[in-house]
Amino acid sequence: MGDISVGQIFLAAVLSNNFVLAMFLGLCPFLGVSGQLKTAAPMGAATTFVMLVASLCAYGLNWLVVHFDLEFLRLISYIVVIASAVQLVEMVLKKYSPALFRALGIYLPLITTNCAVLGVALFQTAREYSFAQSITFAAGAGAGFTLALVLMAGLRERLHLSKVPNVVQGTALSLMLAGMLSLAFMGFAGLGAGE
Amino acid sequence: MNDATAMAVTPGRVMIATLGLVATLCGVLIVSTYHGTLNAVTANKRIALERAVFKVVPGAASMKEFVATADGIAPAGPQTPTGAVEFYAAYDQAGALKGIAAEGAATGYADVVRVLYAYDPATQAISGLGVVSMRETPGIGDKIYTDQAFLANFQALDVRLSADGKALANAIKVVKHGTKRNPWEIDAISGATVTSKAVGKGINESAQRLLPRLAPNLDKLRGN
Amino acid sequence: MAIPGQKQLTHMEEFMEGIWKQNPVFVMVLGMCPVLAVSVSAVNALSMGVATTFVLVCSTLLVSLIRKVVPKEVRIATYIVIIATFVTIVDYLIQAISLKLYDALGAFIQLIVVNCIILGRAEAHASKNPPLRTVVNAMGMGLGFTIGLFALGSVREILGAGKLFGVSLFGPDFQPWVVMVLPPGGFFVLGTWLLLFNWLKQRKPAAAQPVEAHVHG
Repeated sequence: MGDISVGQIFLAAVLSNNFVLAMFLGLCPFLGVSGQLKTAAPMGAATTFVMLVASLCAYGLNWLVVHFDLEFLRLISYIVVIASAVQLVEMVLKKYSPALFRALGIYLPLITTNCAVLGVALFQTAREYSFAQSITFAAGAGAGFTLALVLMAGLRERLHLSKVPNVVQGTALSLMLAGMLSLAFMGFAGLGAGE
Repeated sequence: MNDATAMAVTPGRVMIATLGLVATLCGVLIVSTYHGTLNAVTANKRIALERAVFKVVPGAASMKEFVATADGIAPAGPQTPTGAVEFYAAYDQAGALKGIAAEGAATGYADVVRVLYAYDPATQAISGLGVVSMRETPGIGDKIYTDQAFLANFQALDVRLSADGKALANAIKVVKHGTKRNPWEIDAISGATVTSKAVGKGINESAQRLLPRLAPNLDKLRGN
Repeated sequence: MAIPGQKQLTHMEEFMEGIWKQNPVFVMVLGMCPVLAVSVSAVNALSMGVATTFVLVCSTLLVSLIRKVVPKEVRIATYIVIIATFVTIVDYLIQAISLKLYDALGAFIQLIVVNCIILGRAEAHASKNPPLRTVVNAMGMGLGFTIGLFALGSVREILGAGKLFGVSLFGPDFQPWVVMVLPPGGFFVLGTWLLLFNWLKQRKPAAAQPVEAHVHG
């Protein structure tokens, strides 16, 4: 798909094909870390960052794997290299930018094997995106993830103040909320499709 | 990792040796599965492709894969050159060319809609439509392969080439439901205009690239 | 999970763990991404369940077999490599069996790699238990996961398409709730199932207690 514009890819990844609400990727952190706005935003930023790293790695690896005709090693190399790259970046950050590390650091190990991250790598490969398209896709996916996380955190903070029946509390309620958000995001479908 | 460092630290070479061994074992497992399933997988892919092509080109009994480049057409190799258009030539029992099938894709309502269309060289028209993949809204977008009135658009959709043979004489156009006037227009499904437009756009883009390259080389396909 | 001072579970109880008490879908709410994404129909849900169970059983077995050889520092890396191997194998097997199924499950077959259930089981159970016990537990977990997926998939297919296993249930006059097979429906149906489970748990605390006591000995 070499002919889809970069802007379209970005918009689709953020809104109409939102990673969390339309593709069900990265639900574990979405349900786990969306309790407070304070943690949601840095988590989103950290995930976006890891997605960009993963997208870069995957683009390079895919070229290698295709070049040497080793498609059957694609998955295993993606997961190993992405995990190592994130670890490496974490160490570098710790040494050279302690402030940034403190902001993102605690989230990094959590996200390494998040399915949204591997999802970015796998989808960009499946759709045969070019380099620029891949990076945009990763940025869009990260932005979409952050948006969903922040929206959800806002909703859940409000809910703390309201009286909720015992039975519905916990994950069941979060899922219902996510369903409503997802319903709202469906309104974005068709974006960028026109002429 | 705190308790690990408190204990005796495993020497580096042991770690590397273990990882190496596990990786070797896994490598052997993957490669043997890959080779074990390779034949079945390629056969499956071939059957799926043939079934899709035979569905849009009724009466076809065999098919060959080709690529159309700026210099002409060639049988498809393992690698498709950049800028080339892949297409399939379908033949009947006697080996006569029945039609050409090619893929078109465009962004629809939810995601990319990919369709396979048949081109009939004799009438210079599109003569069939099949859907390869889509994620459009069930009950609305999926009318592109259930709605008979919509499919009727693709029984004889005019794609004649212009006089210089560089493009279609009339670009394929999707028009609002009930306003189709010309044979190169597609009557959109009412309520699923975006998906209908994606189908039209995908076919138009693909046909504009493929047909001008195909027209001078049709005899080559017949010769087979 | 052999906690010292606690009676070892019998194999049967080990098996039932994953199906009821620690059901990965309804109780632990793990591995939600594939659960919601592929549960648009009963067939997809079952196939995904079977694929995940296969990976779960094979990789935990291997992890359990080599648990005494692998140094602590590199264990997670080893587990990930092992899991990725079996996922690749499943990926090729499904392609060889049915391409249609492969297309329906899409990237989610490969995403089994990051399903938290598998890494969780490898780390929490397989690395501490002998092979037989591990396999029994993994089978229970896999079955529990499959049941969860099926519960979701069948409800979504019945409501969203008026069919089950592709067979029409209500005749042509049924107006399907299309939203159920769309993303929001996944959240709603899973939310409702969890609600039902919560309600059952709260309604019968008296009935649940003795069972609990029995299992723990």
